[in-house]
Amino acid sequence: MLYAVMSGFVAAALLPLLHRFLGERSSLVAAVVPLALTVWFATSFPRVASGEVLVSQSSWLPEIHLELGFRLDGLSLLFALLISAIGALVILYTSAYLHGNPRQHQFVSATLMFMASMLGVVLADNLVLLFIFWELTSFTSYLLIGFDHEKEESRKAALQALLVTGLGGLFLLAGVLLLGTAAGSFSLSEILRADRALAGHADYPVILGLILVGAFSKSAQTPFHFWLPNAMQAPTPASAYLHSSTMVKAGVYLLARLNPVLGGTEAWIGWLTAVGVLTLLTGALMASAQVYLKRLLAYTTVAALGFMVMLLGIGSERAVQAAVVFLMAHACYKASLFLVAGIITHETGEADVRRLGGLLRFMPVAGACSVVAAVSMAGLPLSFGFVAKELVYASVLDRFLVFIPAVAASLLFVVVAFQVGIKPFLPGSSDSSGTPHEAPPAMLAGPVILGLACLAGGFFPQAFAGALAASAAAAIQGGLVSEVDLQAWHGITPESVASALTLMLGVAAVFATGHWVRIGSAMKPLANFGPDRVYVAKLKGLNLLAVWQTRVLQSGSLRRYVAIIVLAMVGLFGLSVLRSGELPILNRNTPLTLPSLILGLLIMLGAIGSMIATSRISAVAALGVVGFCVSLIYVLHGAPDLAMTQLVVEALGAVLLVSAFLNLPSFHDRKRWVGRFRDAVVAILGGLAMTLMTLMANDVQLAPSIAHYFAETSVLLGHGRNIVNVILVDFRALDTLGEITVLAIAGASAVALLKLRMAAKRRS
Amino acid sequence: MGSLILRKATRYLFPVIMMFSIYLLLRGHNEPGGGFVGGLAAASAFILNQLAFDVPSTKRLMNVDSLTLIGTGLLIALGSSVFTMLDGQPYFSSHWATLRITSDWQLLIGTPLIFDIGVYLVVLGVTLAILLSISNFRKSPS
Repeated sequence: MLYAVMSGFVAAALLPLLHRFLGERSSLVAAVVPLALTVWFATSFPRVASGEVLVSQSSWLPEIHLELGFRLDGLSLLFALLISAIGALVILYTSAYLHGNPRQHQFVSATLMFMASMLGVVLADNLVLLFIFWELTSFTSYLLIGFDHEKEESRKAALQALLVTGLGGLFLLAGVLLLGTAAGSFSLSEILRADRALAGHADYPVILGLILVGAFSKSAQTPFHFWLPNAMQAPTPASAYLHSSTMVKAGVYLLARLNPVLGGTEAWIGWLTAVGVLTLLTGALMASAQVYLKRLLAYTTVAALGFMVMLLGIGSERAVQAAVVFLMAHACYKASLFLVAGIITHETGEADVRRLGGLLRFMPVAGACSVVAAVSMAGLPLSFGFVAKELVYASVLDRFLVFIPAVAASLLFVVVAFQVGIKPFLPGSSDSSGTPHEAPPAMLAGPVILGLACLAGGFFPQAFAGALAASAAAAIQGGLVSEVDLQAWHGITPESVASALTLMLGVAAVFATGHWVRIGSAMKPLANFGPDRVYVAKLKGLNLLAVWQTRVLQSGSLRRYVAIIVLAMVGLFGLSVLRSGELPILNRNTPLTLPSLILGLLIMLGAIGSMIATSRISAVAALGVVGFCVSLIYVLHGAPDLAMTQLVVEALGAVLLVSAFLNLPSFHDRKRWVGRFRDAVVAILGGLAMTLMTLMANDVQLAPSIAHYFAETSVLLGHGRNIVNVILVDFRALDTLGEITVLAIAGASAVALLKLRMAAKRRS
Repeated sequence: MGSLILRKATRYLFPVIMMFSIYLLLRGHNEPGGGFVGGLAAASAFILNQLAFDVPSTKRLMNVDSLTLIGTGLLIALGSSVFTMLDGQPYFSSHWATLRITSDWQLLIGTPLIFDIGVYLVVLGVTLAILLSISNFRKSPS
């Protein structure tokens, strides 16, 4: 399974190379990868259906218990099949949709990467691994949404999707870490084996909250739904793939996956049902005001995702089955409708449903596919959508509060299905430039195959989807065997009555579409208060905060920098002293020797001298006294290396200061006594803190000293008698490497700064 | 900086300080010294030259740009341990080899020395980069 996930990444990396030799045909080659994966997943179906869980483990970072562990059960298989099958169709579609685009291979490459990440999410056995792939899907979707990066809206939409899902990702990370700690393992297999043991855990509410925010943001649940319609800036194949059939369902997958662990509690049922219903209604309400093909579809996707979350929240056996079947049906018809919408816009250059019509003449095949998908979406009998809707109704019939929103959303599905899938092909005329014609076979393959799936699921639901749905539902419910009985027609039941009612109301609503749109646009100002605005305001606020803190902290005044650094040190030190509540008792009586006493006095004199000096040169000389005395102290304490280095640094430092001073304005202190007083306070505080810290450091021993070890092994292991140097270049060479890297960066920056100033000087 | 004494003295002092810096570098493993102080000493030789003469002549004397020195030094320090990694050992595991020069005079050299040479070059490069550009800044027409 590792290879199954990695093949997508490898193919994505190789594609640019392939493109060089094969040109646009490389996309067709790329489509082979998901096709092969589909076949592979399909062949493992019999084993999974018999209740087996396929597992593959390979170690990655054993130090932090992170393993490349993958598991394949019914739920994972359902998603894996959707991802790879629709992936193949979408890549095929892309090869024609982006025909002539020089960056086609980049798009296909990103699509492959996305596919591999998505497979990683649904197959990962390790929670941390799942999170990594989860983030990768956000990242690759950023690339796909922002594919037309010359357009500002694309960039904005891509960034928005990234920020919203990325923020959710952070919540998820925290949730995953807490969950893994609480369960005692990061392996999903082991956590699932524990089975609802977490519901009574003290951290349960926090874990649940964090994971729900992560899942809701990914699956565009209210109040995070706004990024999804905006993401329609993406090229149509990406919308069809990410925003209808796969990525947005990652949140649903996560909820379904963790249902056995976190589900069944009051909080779970309450939150999922409430947010699901709210999303359902938001999606329905917003869709009514739309006139563009893709945005219409996007809002119904929001509603459909709300549906799934709501069903998972209800959590009864029937509801879970309904969620699974609805998910399958939705993936088939929604991807198909997106692809057809892409064809329509591609051929006519028009995306406004009000101005589309009469296209059946020009594109009979696309029209037929579109009608089939629309029928499925509307839930007419003998379509996959009908089977799904019957199941949904059956599971919510006895819950009035949920039933009404479900009917409302189904009503909306009828209206949108008509507008997007059927109306463009009814007699009428389109305002289009030139004559539209049938799309090439590569673009039709997707809608045709998905349309056939819609029909197959409608006529022979049990044979087409029964076993897969059963094993997926079983996995969601934690291994209970789930009997699924899908039938094309149940006879007259309460569900079918409700269905018929929905359809009739829906048809009535279709005839009143004009009013709908008017009502919808009348409500548009409401959007000003929506979460989209909150997002914009937050971004602006963040920028303002950044500007403000840069102005305060990065003022450009060297004095202020020094003051901030010193005060920060004093503050941190003071805080820790306050928290421990006691000043260190200075019980160590280090005897004062005469030489160190003299040196100490000299150092103090030097420091005072540098303060009262009337010219810079004399200040430097006074500081030099301090430096040389310090190096003598090193000598006294038997550290000749340090002393030597300090001496050379002092000499070079004096040269540096003198050359720098020649560029400074003349030396006279323009500061008033207030400023001097402030500086003195800062200096005294800093000196006091430093002194205390040094005295305390004598008594603090956090870990056993390793000085002894170094002294013993210096010659044995390091082949050197100078312990300091052996430590520097051998024992702690990595530290030294870090230090010289910092040094190198500092040097390069200094040169760059001076060069910039010099260029500016020359220009003026 | 027109001091004739300084110029004359520099002519003799420069090679001596350079030799001393290399001596510091090489002896560092057993006696006080090492790449850090060695690099500083070498830098001070060049700075002495710059004080006695000027920046352009010092740059001619250096023959390579100080940024190149920094880069080379970092690369040497980084690369000093690549071979030990190929061996499957952790990065910065040291390797030693004995050079037999005569029967009772052997020289032990190892990867830490290569690393130290890298440190030497980085320190030399950084010091010269900063000091020379500051001096140059002053010399530039304003």
